[in-house]
Amino acid sequence: MKCQRCEKPATFHITELTGGKPVELHLCEDHAREYLTQAGNEPASAGSMAALLAQQMAKQLALGQTADELAELDQQVCPYCGITFYDFRHQGRLGCPYDYVFFEKELHPLLLNIHGELQHTGKRPTHPAELSRRHTELIRYRRQLQEAIQEEHYELASRLRDKIREIEEST
Amino acid sequence: MDLVRELEQMTRSRGEWLKGSGPESDIVISSRIRLARNLASYPFMSRATEADRQRIQETLKEAILASPDASQCIYIDLEQLDLLDRQLLVERQLISRELAEGKGPRSVVIDRAERFSLMINEEDHLRMTAMASGLNLEEVWQRGNQWDDWIEQKVVYAFDEKLGFLTACPTNVGTGIRVSVMLHLPALVLTRQIEKIFRSLQKLDLAVRGLHGEGSQATGDFYQISNQATLGLSEQEIMKRLGDIIPVIIDYERKARELLVRENPQNLHDRISRAFGILRTAQTISSEETMHLLSSVRMGVHLGLIHEIGIPKVNELFLQTQPAHLQKIAGAELDSTDRDIERARFLRRCLNKEEGAESSQGPSSSG
Repeated sequence: MKCQRCEKPATFHITELTGGKPVELHLCEDHAREYLTQAGNEPASAGSMAALLAQQMAKQLALGQTADELAELDQQVCPYCGITFYDFRHQGRLGCPYDYVFFEKELHPLLLNIHGELQHTGKRPTHPAELSRRHTELIRYRRQLQEAIQEEHYELASRLRDKIREIEEST
Repeated sequence: MDLVRELEQMTRSRGEWLKGSGPESDIVISSRIRLARNLASYPFMSRATEADRQRIQETLKEAILASPDASQCIYIDLEQLDLLDRQLLVERQLISRELAEGKGPRSVVIDRAERFSLMINEEDHLRMTAMASGLNLEEVWQRGNQWDDWIEQKVVYAFDEKLGFLTACPTNVGTGIRVSVMLHLPALVLTRQIEKIFRSLQKLDLAVRGLHGEGSQATGDFYQISNQATLGLSEQEIMKRLGDIIPVIIDYERKARELLVRENPQNLHDRISRAFGILRTAQTISSEETMHLLSSVRMGVHLGLIHEIGIPKVNELFLQTQPAHLQKIAGAELDSTDRDIERARFLRRCLNKEEGAESSQGPSSSG
């Protein structure tokens, strides 16, 4: 298939969902970049370039996906913080550290795009990454605790409280 | 000392990053390093509840105030601060617009010398910035890194074996570092070479921004150059990449200044003298025009074309003629028309009083 704007082969297949009805675009690399840069020119709600960049990049996630696939992806909810993929695409900000695990498949190409690398080589904290992961579980347990209390599942709430205390005290 | 008096005193000083000293300070205004960090056990800001924000703030405040440098710290609760004082901190680059305009529990810890600023509950839970006058990346890295070490002893950061420090925006993940250098490049603007330089910087994966960071316009010929990528390179490598390119830009700016002096000295001298003349005599003047004219004056001082004023004073005027500073100094809230009148009055008072006072001041490696 040829690029819709020049004679080069179309290597980027973009599904634009912003106009109500999905519009499919088939572009070469240069025109895809141009299109995505322009598409990102709308003012970011957060008002920062970082958010703008993330928005642009998030749009690139739509490359090679059909409208149905993207719609399904948009509904995915992080079990820890409750953010949907749609929320992330629109705000350009993630909801919690676990999103990097939960949305790994979608985020890695994006990170590669932004940074050109996927392996951190800089400074490390003195505490192990495992401790950080354990602490992030608190986000999920606290949310579950709130729900348990609201639904009057007191036994569950009590078990969750113990779990939370255990992690907090493990520091 | 109470906060009101701290801010009062601050308004009348020029702060660390406008001291006008340090290596290459004729062209390099300041060097900054920012580290973004988050607590592992709380959602990022977009999903944090009011209670989460409160707890994040308390945890970080406690960790900061337990550090060896706690005695230098001023803790400022942004929810307790009125709009004008928040703007004042933005103008001094101690907090971001995002923090100033945000809602809910958020705060900043700064030191009296304004060499660091630790923002709590901004885009990330913690954003530590260290700054210094002139080109001094190593010094600001040491200071920022030290704060990072101190705080890390008290909290658990969100950190992943592969992706490094985890941040709310994927553009900051990894090191969470933003290394930036603010440059004054009037001759490159005047000789229309600036666009060309920016294009080549972008190819090197470096970002160019205006005076107030993200999304701001480049006023007064000030530009901030910073790294884009934060993952895959070490902090030292990121600093080196920027550190290698800055002297090249400094050299271009110096050459452009030399060219201006050589090609048309009368024209240049006239432009600079007129700028100084307007600043000393105007009856009403906008912030933009002031920045523009002060930029010419600043270059004029370095080229030895203006002797009546020194660089520290010029730097101070850049800051004190901005809206919040002007209103604090005037002691009244002023609308835009009255601000322009007050600004002109303030400039006349400062510049005519300064006559002959600071003539021996200022490094002049460029001229």
